[in-house]
Amino acid sequence: MSVKSRNLYLIPYAAWIVLFVVAPIALIVYYSLFDIEGKFTFSNYSDFFTPVYMRMTLSSFWYAFLITAFSLLIAYPAAYLLTRTKHKQLWLLLIILPSWINLLLKAYAFLGLFGTYGIVNAALETFGIGRQQILFTDFSFVFVSVYIFIPFMILPVFNALEKMNPSLIDASRDLGASAWTTFRRVVFPLTINGVKAGCQAVFIPALSLFMITRLIAGNRVITLGTAIEQHFLVTQDWGMGATIAVFLVVIMALIMVLTGNRPKREVSR
Amino acid sequence: MASQRISRGWKWSNLYLIAVFVVLYAPIFFLTLYSFNSGGAMHDFEGFTLEWYKEVFADTRLLIIVLNTLVIALLSSALSTILGVLGALAIQHVRRRRTQNMLLAFNNVLIVSPDVIIGASFLILFTIIGIKLGFVSVLLAHIAFSVPIVVIMVLPKLEEMSSTWIDAARDLGASRSDVLTKVILPYIRPGIFAGFFMALTYSLDDFAVTFFVTGNGYSTLAVEIYSRARQGISLSINALSTLIFLFTIILVIGYYFINQRGNRPPGTEVQQ
Amino acid sequence: MKQLVRMFIAVFVVAFALVYGVHLLNSSEGYAGSNTLTIYNWGDYIDPDLITEFEKESGLKVIYQTFDSNEAMMTKIEQGGTTFDVSVPSEYAISKMKEENLLLPIDHNKLPNLAHIDERFLNLSFDPNNEYSIPYFWGTVGIVYNPSMLDGWQIKSWNDLWDPRLRNQILLVDGAREVIGFGLNSLHYSLNDTEEAHLQEAKNKLSTLTPNVKAIVGDEIKMLLANEEAAVGVVWSGDASEIMGENENLDYVVPEEGSNLWFDNMVIPKTARNIEGAYKFMNFMLDPEHAAQNAEYVGYSTPNKDALAILPEDISGDERFYPVPELTEKLEVYRNLGKRMLAHYNELFLEFKMHRK
Repeated sequence: MSVKSRNLYLIPYAAWIVLFVVAPIALIVYYSLFDIEGKFTFSNYSDFFTPVYMRMTLSSFWYAFLITAFSLLIAYPAAYLLTRTKHKQLWLLLIILPSWINLLLKAYAFLGLFGTYGIVNAALETFGIGRQQILFTDFSFVFVSVYIFIPFMILPVFNALEKMNPSLIDASRDLGASAWTTFRRVVFPLTINGVKAGCQAVFIPALSLFMITRLIAGNRVITLGTAIEQHFLVTQDWGMGATIAVFLVVIMALIMVLTGNRPKREVSR
Repeated sequence: MASQRISRGWKWSNLYLIAVFVVLYAPIFFLTLYSFNSGGAMHDFEGFTLEWYKEVFADTRLLIIVLNTLVIALLSSALSTILGVLGALAIQHVRRRRTQNMLLAFNNVLIVSPDVIIGASFLILFTIIGIKLGFVSVLLAHIAFSVPIVVIMVLPKLEEMSSTWIDAARDLGASRSDVLTKVILPYIRPGIFAGFFMALTYSLDDFAVTFFVTGNGYSTLAVEIYSRARQGISLSINALSTLIFLFTIILVIGYYFINQRGNRPPGTEVQQ
Repeated sequence: MKQLVRMFIAVFVVAFALVYGVHLLNSSEGYAGSNTLTIYNWGDYIDPDLITEFEKESGLKVIYQTFDSNEAMMTKIEQGGTTFDVSVPSEYAISKMKEENLLLPIDHNKLPNLAHIDERFLNLSFDPNNEYSIPYFWGTVGIVYNPSMLDGWQIKSWNDLWDPRLRNQILLVDGAREVIGFGLNSLHYSLNDTEEAHLQEAKNKLSTLTPNVKAIVGDEIKMLLANEEAAVGVVWSGDASEIMGENENLDYVVPEEGSNLWFDNMVIPKTARNIEGAYKFMNFMLDPEHAAQNAEYVGYSTPNKDALAILPEDISGDERFYPVPELTEKLEVYRNLGKRMLAHYNELFLEFKMHRK
């Protein structure tokens, strides 16, 4: 392929990268070097390594991990079953569709569903379990987060499963492997790239969730995203907010490198 | 086909999918149910009314905002799809792995950055460039944050396409543009559709970025709902969401079946 | 390929049809001309009928845009690129905006209706002589509680919140100044206190409140309290009157240790284009009839003494929302503590939130 054709594709994309990726990152790094009074300093970075922010980072990771794990646990079978349905593309679209309804509205709906006098509690009571506090707990936070992220997990897993050759399963079963062995040794390894992509698509945004932390978790969960929002919108300490953002970008880069799954392929000629 | 195995697990597996769908749609049905509530709030269903639907159609400002939101969503996802496909092709064409990974890393920055940061940095950026806040700034911002998701959706399809195909086409005398329009684009079409729909999703769902970069009376639905929520959400917003939801579901199903009649359904033609 | 092209053409055609639709709607509403006034206010902080009436009276078209925090509003105005003619910040934000030269001075001669404002709301420390701002609403911070959920117990003070009977029953507003403020008040310190020892003491006291706190939430606090999701809430007075309008079981009290007295005033940001229109609007809102109508709709307390005279007795005579001057003298107005101190307050608040784990 000639250099010319390559450049043609690259021009608009590179322009986008420079304008909307490099420039904002540069701005964020620049802002992270100033304290709240506009003085040049590295103190934001040393502040980040204080117990408050370290605890926040750890709890963000823990919740992001939980959210990713549960998303995968629920999404994988769902994606698998979707590939077996008749109008699978339609069902897939219908999985994405709920995310077109405004998130804030859905959060309010969850407030109504999970409330002390909400529908879920009414159901629990009729089953004789009795009213529980669902709202403002870890459970409701993880549940709603998984709800939000599940399409982003189903989509790549679905695509990976679609790519898989179904005769491989038959072959495995014919050779006497159990369903579990077939899954563990054949299906899962073949779809590992989709799983990785899904985990990336869920884990990294889950680190920086906000709004849900207030609406559904009642600020019982504080993530790095909440802190950034606070610093940008309330304290107006853009320096500290930008510093946390820099860390998130670095963490993101690390995760991408660690789970890097660019399939090895021949570069033509 | 492995139809035997499917029929064995039929009941159980369908139950699982049904459960997933029920949970996914539960909040939406909840919103819809209360859009008929004469009580005026999202609790204590008092009686049936269509009052909120009337209110939606009487509220011109709300209708303008809905149209604005749709315009932004459609334009930004179409333009970002074009840009994203070009981007995926560009990444694919780059020969050095290092450069490729670097491009991908840059690509993913916006996907993983918290909305607040994107919004704030775009606000500063637009102010520096001197773009007036309003339609243009919102459109640019939406295009900007939708491009990477399109790239992510298209790239795997490009990569799974073996390069021998392209070589074969070239050897058979196809011009470069023919290779693109007759071989590559049809092959990656499912990826392009997926990218377009994801971009649409991101755009319709976005609140934080728009909140920062909008101004001068221009508003999208998410921002408007957020500011109206201060006094507790009016049920006319529920009514509006119900209408939008019905509209999209008809659109999606209609599109799917029209498409299926005319062509093979998108995505399935990829399998050999 | 053909399908792709078809889809993209369809998308663009639909989009442009919609743009045309917006244009039609806009011009049918008269927004197209340059004869507009842009108001930047809190969400639902004005009776929409008043906007319609003002449009009729002045011949101007009003564009009403909303914000949800003083900080977000200031960020927007500071960055420029917007043309807001009137805005309604709170007192500490006004003094901050004044410092940063974001406001235009106000010519009182153009506001004959200013005479209707009660003098105790004029010439306050955050804006001497009301050079930059005109009173819009005022109120307090206090406790909303549900006696029927508390066996008739009447809450009177901040320190009542620490009572073990309130375990997991309190909702707090998500505001650093409010929460740290009542922590300080409960120890009989000023809510503008900047002494580190006092602040630490307040924070330590607040952390012992943790078992009683069910959640720290935003505007949804109104809905949650009205639905009896919790028995007690720390809220602004206007929110309280709204909650009580929805659920009559609830009561509001301004705690005896003292609390916050706040003001939202109208200002003209430096980005204003239609300054004459801004004066017209402010004068319109200062008219007693309009101010009374607005106060009835929004539920906050009006500083307009002649509007108060028009309001029904059950509103104007309610001492919970129109406390007598002797009481308001005990209350404190937030001072602009400076960025660094505000950041420190937020850090303490963050630590308080994290403490629950």
